[in-house]
Amino acid sequence: MNDLLTTENLSKETLTALLDEADEFAEVLTRPIPKVPALRGKTVATMFFEPSTRTRMSFEKAAKALSADTVSFSPGTSSLSKGESLKDTALTVHAMGVDLMVVRHKNTGAPWRLAEWLDIPIVNGGDGAHQHPTQALLDCLTIRQRFGTLEGLNIAIVGDIKHSRVARSDIFAMSTLGANVTLVGPPTLLPLDPEAWPVTVTHDLDSSLETFDVVYLLRVQTERGGGSVFPSVSEYTTRYGMTTERFRRLSDEAVVLHPGPMNRGVEIGHDVADDERSLILQQVTNGVAARMAVLFTLLGGDRDA
Amino acid sequence: MNQIMSADDLSRATTRIAHEIVEGNQGTDDLILLGIPTRGIPFAQRLAEALSSIGDKVIEAGSLDIGMYRDDIDTRPKTTIGPTEIPEPMDGKVVVLTDDVLFTGRTIRAALDALVDLGRPSAVQLAVVVDRGHRQLPIRADYVGKNIPTSITEHVAVRFEEIDGEEGVWMGDGDPQPVADSEGDE
Repeated sequence: MNDLLTTENLSKETLTALLDEADEFAEVLTRPIPKVPALRGKTVATMFFEPSTRTRMSFEKAAKALSADTVSFSPGTSSLSKGESLKDTALTVHAMGVDLMVVRHKNTGAPWRLAEWLDIPIVNGGDGAHQHPTQALLDCLTIRQRFGTLEGLNIAIVGDIKHSRVARSDIFAMSTLGANVTLVGPPTLLPLDPEAWPVTVTHDLDSSLETFDVVYLLRVQTERGGGSVFPSVSEYTTRYGMTTERFRRLSDEAVVLHPGPMNRGVEIGHDVADDERSLILQQVTNGVAARMAVLFTLLGGDRDA
Repeated sequence: MNQIMSADDLSRATTRIAHEIVEGNQGTDDLILLGIPTRGIPFAQRLAEALSSIGDKVIEAGSLDIGMYRDDIDTRPKTTIGPTEIPEPMDGKVVVLTDDVLFTGRTIRAALDALVDLGRPSAVQLAVVVDRGHRQLPIRADYVGKNIPTSITEHVAVRFEEIDGEEGVWMGDGDPQPVADSEGDE
């Protein structure tokens, strides 16, 4: 593996190796000194052309826990506002001497372009509505820690699939690891031909609620046009929200995940979000460990050896 | 490869080392055993069993991964990360590190760095199945199963039933067997 751009081409072995490693890094993060010297002397650049708090902080924390240095780039305060192109920006940062770049961009495929231009590992930190592979890793890690495996689990991904890079990454990672993935949402929030993916599709959450082991709630993304494709927020909540009533109908073992930031009272009920079976904060903690595994896999060891 | 220690030889050496550890530490009260992956772990488990039957305290073997502390991460193929499980807080305790083969000493150097990040033992000791010489750092073992003078090109492989399906110590010259990573790890 030279870059991490998408989960679509990752084998079960690669995913499992990354998750196994993430489990060990999760142990590192519980130590009195949660830091190891594995990537001492390496520099990780976080290039976020689109706003982010948790993903960027999580990558920076992961890099620092491996003793790598970090440099960051944010569009508001950079030469982008002076008209510098993506390529020139990337080449400039590369010329400063960075060993790996994490890229988030609103345009699908931007990380692939960077991977062509630069000979250092590129990690996709989210490109448009396309892919967000490290989110899928931390989701799978969280589910695996709870159930021991993803093999045979019934996982529902609920909400705005169409605009969700999280869903696109999770679908491939979860199904490769053996889970049965069901997409749940109104037709307006589903892509045109979800049959092309290894999933089943339903528009009715209530009919199969009891069968799910994991309910993955997506955020209602008003900034990507989510607000204009269903009549009202309260109608969305009525049909697809994880309300207290729906939460009680889930099987006793079932858990709820959410990539954050949450709209409490919209896609997830206030008290559901704070329940012991809602693993949302564990996802955030695991995000650091999963990203450590990605950084160490791409930077640890001689790539030519 | 020629077998130079049988399973029985290995078992007797383990029992002898357990007695030496008890003697050197006046008992087993403050001991923590940590095996270095991969084959330091089964050795630590065998020592723990022997120590538990000698002393009156049940000793549990833990493990200490050193993959993230190596000094050659950049020059070798990607290191796999093994488990780190510390059975109890090690502050003020005597930690006995165990490994299969002591060779250059670099694994032990990395292990000492890892220990410092995890706590402050009152002392750190080292037990190995085989000391084959060729140290590159000022490191020595406190307890040795067998000293085997080797040439630098020879291979020493310690094998354990649960990992390798056979038990004992083998030696050969330059035979690139997969199990040879036990001393390649150094």
